[in-house]
Amino acid sequence: MNDLFTLVVSKANYWMTIALMMVGLYAMIAKQNLVKKIIGMNILQTAVILFFITIGAKRDATIPIVKHGPDSHSQGLLAVDYINPLPHVLMLTAIVVAVSTLGVALALAIQIYRRYRSLDEEEILSQLKADTSEVNHG
Amino acid sequence: MKPAAIIIVLLFGALLGYAAMDFPPWGDPAAPASVHVSPYYIEHSLTQTSVPNIVTAVLADYRGYDTLFETIVIFSAGVACLFLMRVFRHTEPDSRMYRHLPSGITLRVAKGYAPPPESREFERIDLTWVPYNLVVKTTSRLIVPFSQLFALYVIAHGHHSPGGGFQGGVILGASIVLYAIATNMRASLARFSEKRAVGLCVLGVFIYAGTGVLCMLLGANYLDYGALAVLFAGDGVAARSHGILMVEVGVGITVMAVMVHLYYSLASSGRHDEGL
Amino acid sequence: MIWQIEFVVLLIVLICGIAAISVRDLLGAAILFGAYSFMMCLLWAIMGAVDVAFTEASVGAGISTVLFVAAVFRTSRRTKD
Repeated sequence: MNDLFTLVVSKANYWMTIALMMVGLYAMIAKQNLVKKIIGMNILQTAVILFFITIGAKRDATIPIVKHGPDSHSQGLLAVDYINPLPHVLMLTAIVVAVSTLGVALALAIQIYRRYRSLDEEEILSQLKADTSEVNHG
Repeated sequence: MKPAAIIIVLLFGALLGYAAMDFPPWGDPAAPASVHVSPYYIEHSLTQTSVPNIVTAVLADYRGYDTLFETIVIFSAGVACLFLMRVFRHTEPDSRMYRHLPSGITLRVAKGYAPPPESREFERIDLTWVPYNLVVKTTSRLIVPFSQLFALYVIAHGHHSPGGGFQGGVILGASIVLYAIATNMRASLARFSEKRAVGLCVLGVFIYAGTGVLCMLLGANYLDYGALAVLFAGDGVAARSHGILMVEVGVGITVMAVMVHLYYSLASSGRHDEGL
Repeated sequence: MIWQIEFVVLLIVLICGIAAISVRDLLGAAILFGAYSFMMCLLWAIMGAVDVAFTEASVGAGISTVLFVAAVFRTSRRTKD
């Protein structure tokens, strides 16, 4: 029982990240409004970025900017003193890609509204079915 | 749909949770993510590139190809938005609204009739017009130039403090969006037109790719900034720092132009005449 | 870092995320999403990722929220779920 408790508590960051990812995934699947789906996509993206940053953290280490200047001696840098910078680099790219997809997704949503006058998934589907049955029978 | 969604979500969550039990404890310096390549970056980036910010050095120098393609991704997002939404045919709207400034009377001119003559007394307003708000306009007039200065500082100081090309470019774009929100969209389009925005998008990508080609013309590999030492009259280490600055400027210009163009397209739904 | 602060910020992030997808008014959802973005930025700054937090602060609170509000302005504001 004791090691189950330590298992849960020492990895609490991971459980919260997984919960956030599941919130985003649920919004993308189950919500019917298109803008809510886009919000769910962004929540999923930021939760994945949080997961990567969590991997790169180190206890008692400082931010990945090397101490420089006139009052710092040029001693050897120890890698254990600095937080892992590699996930940060990858996640900078991920944030920029997230905002690009957000822009294109919102442009698509506005175009869909212009054509179908609704942002609800079921109404759009029923209009699409009516259009295709008209094309088939008419 | 909802019960199926809940089952899928719980299943995925349980799977990920089961995988998470094998992870190293949080904050462990001996975790597998921190022992292979990143100690090399941490220990050698200052001596090889003379840039103290390790993230900027890795982003623009050691992993420069990734950043080039990411700049191309954000450029293609701007172009995709242009193709999706832009309405080029100039259809005349059903009615236009004008406001007579000295008396405050609002005129509505229907389609086909002549608008009032161009003079300082008549101001064209949007169909969704809100009253002139002195507080918003004055505050944004104060904020916009200082935020642009701060954005230029962030781009230039990315070597020594958190920052770099993306952050500065986004803040520059946001300052122009602030100006467009506080005043009219037409006033903002008069100062920073769509042609200029799209042209700057392309210019930023050219600067980045052009730096790589310049390195190739000077004899080294593509995006190997050490070859720029002949231009900057220094050694290879300082040349790498200057090369990083050049590509960061290119990235900042592209990001600013794309953010402004995205806002223009979305707020006016492609017509570029009125907006938020 | 101080684990109490981190725990509180994580909780606020979770609550903002769940609220952003449950609210029926799309403008409220956009603003809640902006708050979620900003709390995530704080969380990353606590964990030492200062570059990433800077980018998320400018992108999430500056551009993302404005784009959402512009899209809601051009489409409808009410939603059924």
